[in-house]
Amino acid sequence: MTGQTAPPAPASRAGASPAALRYLRRNLALVLGLVLLGGLATFVVVGHLVVDTAKARPLSAPTLRPPSGQYPLGTDRQGRDLLAVLVAGTPLTLRIGFIAGLIGVGLGSVLGFTSAYYRGKIDAVIRGVVDVGLTVPGLLVLIIIAVSIKEGLTVDQMAVVVASLAWLSPTRAIRAQVLSLRERGYVDVARLNGMSGPEIIVRELVPNLLPYLAATLVNAVSSAILASIFLEVLGLGPIDSPTLGMTLYWVNFNAALINGWWWWWAAPIVVILVVFLGLFFVTVGLDEFANPRLRRAV
Amino acid sequence: MRPDVLRVRGLSVRYHTPGGAVRAADGITFSLRADERLGIAGESGSGKSTMALSLLRLIKPPGHIEAGEVWLDGRDLMTLPEDEMRRLRLARIALVPQGSMNSLNPVLRIRGQVADALRDHGVPTTRRQLDERLGDLLPRVGLDREVADMFPHQLSGGMKQRACIAIAMSLSPRVIVADEPTSALDVVVQKQVMDTLARVQADLGASVILVGHDMGLMAQFVDRLGVMYAGKLVEISPVRDVFTAPLHPYTRMLIASLPSLERKGVFQGIPGLPPPLRDLPGGCAFHPRCPLAVDRCRRETPVLREARSDAWAACHLV
Amino acid sequence: MATLLEARQVTKSFGGGLLDRRHTVALRQFSLALAEDRPSITAVVGESGSGKTTLARLLLGLLTPTDGQVSYRGRDLVTMSRRQRRIFRREVQAVFQDPYEVYNPFYRVDHVLSVPVAKFSLAASRAAARSLIEDALRAVGLRPEETLGRFPHQLSGGQRQRVMVARALLLRPRVILADEPVSMVDASLRATILGALRQMTLDLQIPVVYITHDLATAYQIAENIVVLYRGAVVETGDVELVVKDPRHPYTQLLIGSIPLPGVERTWAADGGAPANPLPGAGATGCLFADRCPSAMPACRVSPPPLFQTDRHRLVACLLYREAPTLPAHEMATAFVHAVTPRGGGPGTPAAPPAPAAP
Repeated sequence: MTGQTAPPAPASRAGASPAALRYLRRNLALVLGLVLLGGLATFVVVGHLVVDTAKARPLSAPTLRPPSGQYPLGTDRQGRDLLAVLVAGTPLTLRIGFIAGLIGVGLGSVLGFTSAYYRGKIDAVIRGVVDVGLTVPGLLVLIIIAVSIKEGLTVDQMAVVVASLAWLSPTRAIRAQVLSLRERGYVDVARLNGMSGPEIIVRELVPNLLPYLAATLVNAVSSAILASIFLEVLGLGPIDSPTLGMTLYWVNFNAALINGWWWWWAAPIVVILVVFLGLFFVTVGLDEFANPRLRRAV
Repeated sequence: MRPDVLRVRGLSVRYHTPGGAVRAADGITFSLRADERLGIAGESGSGKSTMALSLLRLIKPPGHIEAGEVWLDGRDLMTLPEDEMRRLRLARIALVPQGSMNSLNPVLRIRGQVADALRDHGVPTTRRQLDERLGDLLPRVGLDREVADMFPHQLSGGMKQRACIAIAMSLSPRVIVADEPTSALDVVVQKQVMDTLARVQADLGASVILVGHDMGLMAQFVDRLGVMYAGKLVEISPVRDVFTAPLHPYTRMLIASLPSLERKGVFQGIPGLPPPLRDLPGGCAFHPRCPLAVDRCRRETPVLREARSDAWAACHLV
Repeated sequence: MATLLEARQVTKSFGGGLLDRRHTVALRQFSLALAEDRPSITAVVGESGSGKTTLARLLLGLLTPTDGQVSYRGRDLVTMSRRQRRIFRREVQAVFQDPYEVYNPFYRVDHVLSVPVAKFSLAASRAAARSLIEDALRAVGLRPEETLGRFPHQLSGGQRQRVMVARALLLRPRVILADEPVSMVDASLRATILGALRQMTLDLQIPVVYITHDLATAYQIAENIVVLYRGAVVETGDVELVVKDPRHPYTQLLIGSIPLPGVERTWAADGGAPANPLPGAGATGCLFADRCPSAMPACRVSPPPLFQTDRHRLVACLLYREAPTLPAHEMATAFVHAVTPRGGGPGTPAAPPAPAAP
């Protein structure tokens, strides 16, 4: 009852670097995830310096060459250097994911915080829309949207298309968190201090949710990338861009699997695996960080 | 003098924290006599709950029992193998834990919890035998027989606590350790639960160790009272003596700070704060706050000594 | 003497949506009036389920009443203008029970002190603000060097609670509501904190409402007391009378159950019938009738009114039906240093005349 020990506080800033490093040693998932994503980032950065990305366009190289000294990842049927494709395309795919994820979580945060803090009618409306929206098969909606756009899609337009549905799940998740946070004693004290609703949300609630928001963001990015790859594989993406999904579209279109052009589908799949595994491990790591109860003896 | 039922000698418990090792209980020594109610009082950080749990060897890492002996029925509980200890827990020495709300399994009915306990100790329990036992146990703690078929969430706080007492007494132990059994309860319910505990103790002919911070509760319930401060036992005497002629300055100031229905408007707390266990002052842990401290108190740690008949205190000035 | 904070026939019930008839009434027709510029401490005592926490939140404007009204300086909290609301927030302050919960773990403890200073423009400069804060901390017996700059988890429960009291002091409020301010604090520290609270009352010359389940500390600190049972007032008045000579059967049960620290074994042999686990919703009549040793059939018909058995005591019990009754909203007129509600009170001797509404 009158205990000396307080409930565990998030990120004790009072013990900066050594504590952070010690924590990282215990949170292997986070480290693994960061290593995978870091490796990918290095690949892209170094790649841009070393490889000529112009060769990612069709007719830059002889067609259907297996991996060799000159073309380490081989070439595809339209004469693209696959190494250049990956170096150029990976950041594009990631960009779609991040933009969509950011929009999704940004909008989701605004709606989630508003809905949970104010309750009442606005909560009923937002919650209703989200609940209905989540029951609709999202990918089908995306297909319909993508098909309806007559002109070709650019990478950024792709991001916006995916973002149109990316905010639903974050809204619900963030709302759930805020519903419990708003009952905390310090929210009462903030009200007694004369703080207005938006002020309380921004100054008192958001800082306590930062780890959770980060985890939600990574999740959203992951889903967005998956959705974009899905659309692209169906041929509904930015057709001139060498994104990972589009590459797989061409693989499919040209029946590369049956024809035995293994280098064409192996490389993008490996990269996609690294992306998803990296994001997954970071999510797991952040989950553990955000939820003190999962944290093992910090 | 009644015979000793439980003998604790030099019990020490250490916790490993990121900031270093901390001795939550240091050299606790006392005896529990037959049919006795012994109170162990202390504020937060005094180590009383740690001490209570260590009697049943329920300390989990990062804490561990560093040293000491606990003699029950001629055997030192600290040296027993774990399965022996498990057999003794509940059968010979039982715990009524703090926060009964968290100790009952929320998906089992009360009869299931009791059945669990009995089965674990190898007591054969057919449906009829269990019914008989419950029919005997529950009224003894003031609960209706229907409670046996209820889930914990259907019971009030006081009822849950009494169900825990029923489980604790189900195998007729010799020693019952009650760790703040009423801290979450209202004053009226608290009295009912304590009355129940007193009745159970008389029924079983057992001895009770009551651990808590409510001095009023101690005054009304226990026969002898021990006071803990910063992990050490600083005084242990018959409860009358503790309240009429306290030996240790901490006990004296603690009692003086308690509100009574006699004097109005007097507010006399103990200045300062209890010391952090990680960083205890040298010598007597209380000396920074003690108005009577002398040089010796800063240098030498006092030992628990018998100052009057059956009244012990750890203070140089006694 | 103007009435500052007033609750008038306030009822609060929870639950009971569109399709669900069941609801719990947390507080029934509660009335209280606090006068300005007079140091007084009123204790509101009750156990869990008595409605005392709900009362605190209603008086602070954190909840709106289902019925009745809470007003400050004559203005209903619900319909106040923004400017009036700001004044209300500045002048009515609280100390809460849980010294852990009230701190945002993200910020240092300075946050809880510096935010109100800034929000209510209490200091002209950073330096002035700092000095104001340091003075307030010293007034509650804390050392600024050891307190400021730390995170909440680095301070003990007692220190945290004292910082909260310092915060209330800082704002120089006109009314303080203390909701179980010492129940989660160590015994040796309680006296210090309560002493500081009492001193604050005298220094600032303000009324304080002290909400607790601990009758002993209520007796120590208050002049008037209100005893709540399941949302209704059962006994109220001069704390000396109510505590030393309780009339209502529940008050008697309550006082008989207190374990007093002393040599005398005051715990009576057997304390009353145990409460039913599931009290009937919508029970009529006196809510204590189920447990009352003196219950009569008339008790279950309708809730008993307040009978004035002494100049400074009211009991809601039919055992005293010979005494004159008092309307519930004039309850405060029976207090030591009577307070007249703004509505005025007919037939209340020695009560100051009701001031004109602003």
